[in-house]
Amino acid sequence: MNGTKTVPFPRAGGFPKFHLRNLTQRIGFFFLFLSVMVTVLFLGVLLVFIVARGIQVVNWEFLTQPPREAMTAGGVAPAILGTFYLTLGAILCALPLGVACAIYLVEYTPKSYVVNLIRMSINNLAGVPSVVFGLFGLAIFVKFFNFGVSILSGSLTLAIMVLPSIISASQESLLAVPQSYREASLALGASHWQTIRKVVIPTALPGILTGVILSIGRVAGETAPIIFTAATFYTRMYPSSVFSEVMALPYHIYALMTEGVHADKQAPIAFGCAFILLCLVLCVSAIAIYIRQKQRSKYG
Amino acid sequence: MNRERLYRWIFTALAFSSLFFLVGITVVLFKEGLPVFREVGLFEFLGGKSWYPTYEPPDFGIRPLILGSLWVTVGALFVCVPLGVGTALYLNELAGPRQRAVLKPIVEVLAGIPSIVYGFFGMVLVAPFIQDLFNIPVGQTAFTGSLLLGVMATPTVASIAEDSLSFVPKSFREASFAVGANRWQTLTRVVIPAAGSGISTAIILGMSRAVGETMTVLMVCGGAAVIPDSFFEPVRPMTATIAAEMGETVMGSAHYHALFAIGLILFLITLVFNVVAEIISRRYRLKLGLGR
Repeated sequence: MNGTKTVPFPRAGGFPKFHLRNLTQRIGFFFLFLSVMVTVLFLGVLLVFIVARGIQVVNWEFLTQPPREAMTAGGVAPAILGTFYLTLGAILCALPLGVACAIYLVEYTPKSYVVNLIRMSINNLAGVPSVVFGLFGLAIFVKFFNFGVSILSGSLTLAIMVLPSIISASQESLLAVPQSYREASLALGASHWQTIRKVVIPTALPGILTGVILSIGRVAGETAPIIFTAATFYTRMYPSSVFSEVMALPYHIYALMTEGVHADKQAPIAFGCAFILLCLVLCVSAIAIYIRQKQRSKYG
Repeated sequence: MNRERLYRWIFTALAFSSLFFLVGITVVLFKEGLPVFREVGLFEFLGGKSWYPTYEPPDFGIRPLILGSLWVTVGALFVCVPLGVGTALYLNELAGPRQRAVLKPIVEVLAGIPSIVYGFFGMVLVAPFIQDLFNIPVGQTAFTGSLLLGVMATPTVASIAEDSLSFVPKSFREASFAVGANRWQTLTRVVIPAAGSGISTAIILGMSRAVGETMTVLMVCGGAAVIPDSFFEPVRPMTATIAAEMGETVMGSAHYHALFAIGLILFLITLVFNVVAEIISRRYRLKLGLGR
């Protein structure tokens, strides 16, 4: 794992005499340690603070009831449901597209300039700011296709945003499938497509799933792309079709903190929403990390 | 064999989707953004000192917004470079397998926290804290934004930098130890220079993330569209402007087009960052003989 472990090296303190360079080393290592600690500490404070304040608010009513009294009481069920629909829609759109793209890149081994072109576009798409995806969704889905501010527009916008990470995750797990599996299948007389469908995809599936699960966390928490394409601050209605606008957890936090007139009553609700969102994202990453660990130990 | 061909065609067509979307985004931003230049000149737009889009007549000068983004991003670099590179070095050079097993997931969790949660945390805890600490009228300042953005970009920097550190061949370290260097000397004079371009790629991508971040800066930077005098004043970065104002504009108005033009500028900035990062990382891989 770590190259330095196998090599005999002079340890700090291993010398009988004082050496300035060993003091430098100690100071340097201390600063590296410090940077890790600051990062961990920040995460700790954030988690403890939001969990401690959020858990006081969250109860059964909070999770299952719609908001009451102009967002100052009641629950956030429509927002939870909205986030669920948006995420589901986005993944349903992005998954087939992303896996297909990865299959093409890995299994059909196109010419290198094609690979480079596609790789370049994936990398650049991954770097586009989320608010710009929102602008694109507004101009294309809301306005041009006239889907309006709706679940459909929001899901499609989020799908494009999350596409690059699904492609990379799928590509990685397809590449990890041993070449001998493909050769064995082809040697038995299976066609190229049969090999992909019956051998390659099933083997790569856990890896693809890990990627998808991690993207769920990302999609569920995104706010900027849905502000103008899907989200609304206040509706007592549950969404009735893909063309309805919805409340969504992340946008709800923003709206509670910046809109409305009862800031003191809205803040606790925002803590509750942040807590739910955080739990969701953490659970989802925990599941992904667990699947990956299991997979690693299987292949060694 | 016809079916095999059909599948090949389908996959080829779908594989170009990301290129298609990238081109689509570019076209949309140009188409919706350029009309604003009928109202104001390009230089007036980029260099104009005041952003009063709803006044009559409106002012569309985005210099305060560009400066807002710049200040916050540069500030974030001061946080994410030491934290991110330090964490990567620690993970790669000092942490044993057990520590790695704990620390790597922590970095991943930090990367997975939604930006709205950082923004919320910044608004309810960090901003009031900074307000008290420095005794300033508002806690929502460029400094607060930089701090949070920096922490948000840290996992990006750390994971990419760590990757590039792990590519440094073992023999480089061994050669350095063999001539009597200690671990710190090996780290600073052999490993870091060898991974240098990988680390710069990490920093550029971290910067790209910071420039494009929206919700956090929207919630903690204060949102004043004026050219700031110091780090402890509110600013309004470009992303925050789009997110805050798009809801209030009339579709097709000059203000609407101006917001798309800001989006276009943001898009081009991040595009340049990504292309530069790509070029550096390709050279780096060639240098270490890793191919591709």
